[in-house]
Amino acid sequence: MQVSSTLRESLITGGKTVSDVSEDICRQVEGKPTPLWWMAFGIALTLLGFGAYAMIITLWDGIGMWGLNRTVGWAWDITNFVWWVGIGHAGTLISAILLLFRQKWRMSINRAAEAMTIFAVICAATFPMVHMGRLWLGFYWALPLPNAFGSLWVNFNSPLLWDVFAISTYFTVSLVFWYIGLIPDFAVIRDRAVRAGHNTRALIYNTLSFGWQGGAKTWMRYESVALILAGLSTPLVLSVHTIVSMDFATSVVPGWHTTIFPPYFVAGAIFSGFAMVLTLLLITRKVFRLEDYITIYHVELMNIIIIVTGSIVGIAYITEFFIAWYGQVPAEQYAFINRAFGPYWWAYWSMMTCNVISPQLFWIKKIRTSLVSTFVLSIIVNIGMWFERFVIIVTSLHRDYLPSSWAMFYPTMYDVGVYVMTFGFFFTAFLLFAKFFPVVNMAEIKSILKSSSEKKH
Amino acid sequence: MESNKNFVLGVFDDEDVLLHAVTKVKDKGVKIHEVYSPFPVHGLDAALGYKRTRLPIAAFLFGMTGTSLALIMQIWMLGYDWPMIIGGKNHAALPPFIPVTFELTVLLSALGMVATFLIASDLKPYKWPQQFDVRSTDDKHIMAIDLAKNRLTKEDIGALLKDSGAQEVNDKNF
Repeated sequence: MQVSSTLRESLITGGKTVSDVSEDICRQVEGKPTPLWWMAFGIALTLLGFGAYAMIITLWDGIGMWGLNRTVGWAWDITNFVWWVGIGHAGTLISAILLLFRQKWRMSINRAAEAMTIFAVICAATFPMVHMGRLWLGFYWALPLPNAFGSLWVNFNSPLLWDVFAISTYFTVSLVFWYIGLIPDFAVIRDRAVRAGHNTRALIYNTLSFGWQGGAKTWMRYESVALILAGLSTPLVLSVHTIVSMDFATSVVPGWHTTIFPPYFVAGAIFSGFAMVLTLLLITRKVFRLEDYITIYHVELMNIIIIVTGSIVGIAYITEFFIAWYGQVPAEQYAFINRAFGPYWWAYWSMMTCNVISPQLFWIKKIRTSLVSTFVLSIIVNIGMWFERFVIIVTSLHRDYLPSSWAMFYPTMYDVGVYVMTFGFFFTAFLLFAKFFPVVNMAEIKSILKSSSEKKH
Repeated sequence: MESNKNFVLGVFDDEDVLLHAVTKVKDKGVKIHEVYSPFPVHGLDAALGYKRTRLPIAAFLFGMTGTSLALIMQIWMLGYDWPMIIGGKNHAALPPFIPVTFELTVLLSALGMVATFLIASDLKPYKWPQQFDVRSTDDKHIMAIDLAKNRLTKEDIGALLKDSGAQEVNDKNF
């Protein structure tokens, strides 16, 4: 019996039954990987391999292999860190904030977006850890552990330490949230394996599902847990990028010393995160034939979020510039003029074009409902957001109060290589996730099938 | 393990039929062991007469533990164990301690609540559940009724389930 709303656009097309959902999503877990998957996996592993080489050299010879100098002490590493953390934010927005707002359309995309969050945060954390120099001592320095410096404790007044707590809490809570969601779906795969007589697969997925049965009492608790985790993750995700922005905002470097940073960074994070979600999901829906679950309607809604957050980011850029003039601090004014017309003008104008102009194209319905233009624009937005962080970090540092120490930053192949490594890791991990784990939250889709599915013809 | 437990299972296809059936079966004085569903059915917990879960209380208490531990740690480390003036602030200045306090509150609250959930629901990696019907994770709702806890006979309960809209009525012995 299918009852569907005639008022709202259907979220699941193709007249799916409850059983079809299990079949469609489990198919790719149970079957052999497609040639397309192997191809993508091969590319990802190649990137990872090349990057791992650059990483080993960086660790062996030290971060002197990077292009950093005495003036520009933060460059690609922190740019990449902020960029990856920002990307992660979309996953939490989809799974937590949209859950609190009862947005049903998140159900087709939350699983993959949360996986993206987790892998992106791992990529992000790589950079500050490597930048500490001796990576193996990093935990010892960054955590409040009794130590050999007479127990001189870590500095709880420093935003860099807040970052350690924010990123590790964010990672742990996101991982737990994601896994709790996966438990009932692992049980689906287990029970299908039991019916098909695959004992090993049944055993593996039973272990992963923690022996889930789906009793009414467990579901009641499960829903309560999901709601509270969403309630906890919502301020958490806002705090994470706020704290990341404070790494800059609490300093006295012109161009960084700005109170607008926290909201501006959070909006930028969600902006770039949604772009990455779109890039990944457009590929995933094609490769795994999920067109009925991730519809054009979903893509359109995500593009609308990109317009909103992109416009907030645009306003923030203009506000920053205005306040630099209005504030009448010469150093601040110089920093912004130098940003737009100094030696890094190309980075600044790439950022402005990609982040301020390109998302405005989504006002046109034809563009926001086209897969090709969405895919292209999602990549452009991500390039733009990378440049945003580069502009903020490098142009503010390279010319400060002391003209005798002005310098330029030139990346080496090891800067590039370590960034490539994180891409390799990200795609390798995402492809493994998409192959072995259910990419769409089956239980949630099943629960909205009656109200939001297209009628069977 | 021969516990010899006998269950009657009602297999339902539709969550709305199931909800009505639960009320109907309970009105006849039959005790339901549990209902297994592929997805959360809203209102089922109320129909079965389950009390609201106390997990939010657990989350709150774990969160408060996190807040306290974070504050004690920071005030003790920077205020008493090795006091230092940083940025001209007091030794134990509260405003800069807020971020870490907040993060640890969230961390402990989330981890503690999830651990409580897993323990309370008996979910653990090495456990193989007593499966009534493997279709209950796919597309069927299974209402399990323990014969030992009911006075009605198997046939009577079966008829009642059929009457309330069950597609199939099966037996299951453990």
